[in-house]
Amino acid sequence: MLFSEKIMRGAWLVALLSILVIAFGCSGQRGGEGVGGGGAVRLQGAGATFPNPLYQKWLSEYGKANPNVRIDYQSVGSGAGIRQIQEQTVDFGASDAPMKDDDLGKARGGQLLHIPTVLGAVVLTYNLQGVEQPLRFPPDVIADIFLGRVKTWDDARIKADNPGANLPAAPITVVHRSDGSGTSAVFTDYLSKVSSEWKEKVGTGTSPTWPVGLGGKGNEGVSGLVKQTPNSIGYVELAYAVQNKFPVALIKNKSGNFVEPSLEAVTAAAAESISATPEDMRVSITDAAGANAYPIASYTYILVYKDQKDAAKGKALVDFLWWGIHEGQNFTKDPQYPYAALPAEIVRRAEAQINSVASGGRALRTAQ
Amino acid sequence: MRNLQPNAPTPAAAQGASARSWNWRRTLAPTGNTGDTVFRSILFACAFILLLIVIIMIGAMAVNSLPSLRAFGFGFLTSQEWNPIAGKFGALPFIYGTILSSLLALFISVPLSLGIAIFLVEQAPRALARPVGFLVELLAAIPSVVYGLWGIFVLAPALRETVEPSLARWFGWLPFFQGNITGIGLFTGGIILAIMITPIITAVVRDVLAAVPVSQREAAFALGATKWETTRVVLTNGAAGIAGAIILGLGRAIGETMAVTMVIGNRAQISASLFEPSYTIASVLANEFTEATGELYLSALIELGLILFLVTFTVNGVARLLVWSVAHRAGGSSVGRAG
Repeated sequence: MLFSEKIMRGAWLVALLSILVIAFGCSGQRGGEGVGGGGAVRLQGAGATFPNPLYQKWLSEYGKANPNVRIDYQSVGSGAGIRQIQEQTVDFGASDAPMKDDDLGKARGGQLLHIPTVLGAVVLTYNLQGVEQPLRFPPDVIADIFLGRVKTWDDARIKADNPGANLPAAPITVVHRSDGSGTSAVFTDYLSKVSSEWKEKVGTGTSPTWPVGLGGKGNEGVSGLVKQTPNSIGYVELAYAVQNKFPVALIKNKSGNFVEPSLEAVTAAAAESISATPEDMRVSITDAAGANAYPIASYTYILVYKDQKDAAKGKALVDFLWWGIHEGQNFTKDPQYPYAALPAEIVRRAEAQINSVASGGRALRTAQ
Repeated sequence: MRNLQPNAPTPAAAQGASARSWNWRRTLAPTGNTGDTVFRSILFACAFILLLIVIIMIGAMAVNSLPSLRAFGFGFLTSQEWNPIAGKFGALPFIYGTILSSLLALFISVPLSLGIAIFLVEQAPRALARPVGFLVELLAAIPSVVYGLWGIFVLAPALRETVEPSLARWFGWLPFFQGNITGIGLFTGGIILAIMITPIITAVVRDVLAAVPVSQREAAFALGATKWETTRVVLTNGAAGIAGAIILGLGRAIGETMAVTMVIGNRAQISASLFEPSYTIASVLANEFTEATGELYLSALIELGLILFLVTFTVNGVARLLVWSVAHRAGGSSVGRAG
């Protein structure tokens, strides 16, 4: 009896002490955060899941070189990232698709800038037994498969571009993303450009209403369904397909060439679209011209306010972004991070964007 | 709620105490001991915090779903169109998918769970009952994403190759078993839910049956009842608790998200065929919430959450009522509260 009472008293003491420690620990940290000059600067970011593996690598490498700056990134999805930067609950947001005008208008901290960081692409993957060569698709056939118009694999329009392939007389099972996703946005943006019927009936968005097919959650959900369902076709991110060595289709681009999805073909699509890229960098590069351009590609962006309230945080942020569009690009050469690097001209334009970030009227990048 | 002001005793209490009025001071300090009062106050605070959280949650969801309520009104519940791009939102396919998948799960799981529980309590030798009972509890602890992955990679292909073609062959004349067989859809969703809730229902029913006094069984045997008839006596005695167990399972089935999302096909449609893909409220929330931009879209999703909340509330309320009525019919026997 007495013994257990002692234990109880001990437990209470420990609990009380730990509460005190946690309370003081937290308040201590909060006190340090606001201090500019010598103290550590902490930055919070949130948004797109697609570039998350690369961003985490960036943060850990950048943190090693700059121990006085600590940056955290949460991959909560582009939509949530946009909401959080609008509400100013994070220091930077991240999104795969550029923000729309009325979303920009809802940003509480003034003008938001789009800083492109890397490029990604969407590929078609399929499950067909006995088909060895990669399949080749022209854009109108892709649109009609996802519209439910081309229903079987031995359809004459699929056969036309794949003369040697042993296509079964089986119905096509379409697989798409069920969760809201930048991948879906890029894919539907492409379909809207190549098919007026798609544009009219479905449109472009992160969660479109798909005319046919099964929905899988995430890249892993879609690829799981494709793997498990014979005679199915679905779309996933290029990075995901490369890492898992999925069969991917060649797609006919605007110049009439069938292009295999590759990092070089994605960078080529961005380079070919430079003349159409506005100063604020909000651009869609799907269905790009150019002989080697892969047609279903897009930028991914970091979103920052042009006017930074806290000069110390703002300075740390622009330095990090500058590092990201220069040194950060080198990580795309590592096969572990299959993202396409920015073309040189886009890096130059992104520099201009970063240089325009200011606090209290003073440009932060050049300030010492 | 009106008794929240501790220093304002109601007139009735001041007059000295009808049984119905609630004397706050006596409630908090029944013994007059300071330590007891503090202890009791803390416990009361805990209970009120729970109540407060529920009220705040409902309030927040109601406020945030106002734009959607204003835009669609009652039509939200009856519209079948869910198109975020066009800004049109209707909840009916999700309500349909949620209810149907849960009912399908109960339809499979209830007989199975009752069978397992009766076997464990009434029939199985002790050497077998212990390990089987342990296994059931182990199944209840598996995370739902594991069930989901197993569903995609094992269950769905198996159903596509064996069960679904046979169902289509023998019962294809029924509208429930027609259409394209992919292994992904309402049928698979219902089965995975059934597998997930069976351990829960079984574990609770087993405890309920075990709580039925041995004297009941002895009395039945003494009257010359067979094992089957005795089991029926035991079941009648535990009816309220069994109903509670089923509701617990239903609650889990309605709210289950990950596993269902992975196998149900995620398509907002109403189709008589169980082979067709479907969609549940919990799934669409998990799928679309993170990427929802625009006030109306977000608001429609929150309203779906509110509906899920109300559906769960209603189900639980009806269940309580059921349990209560059964308990009263059975003469308010002591085992009723085990669930």
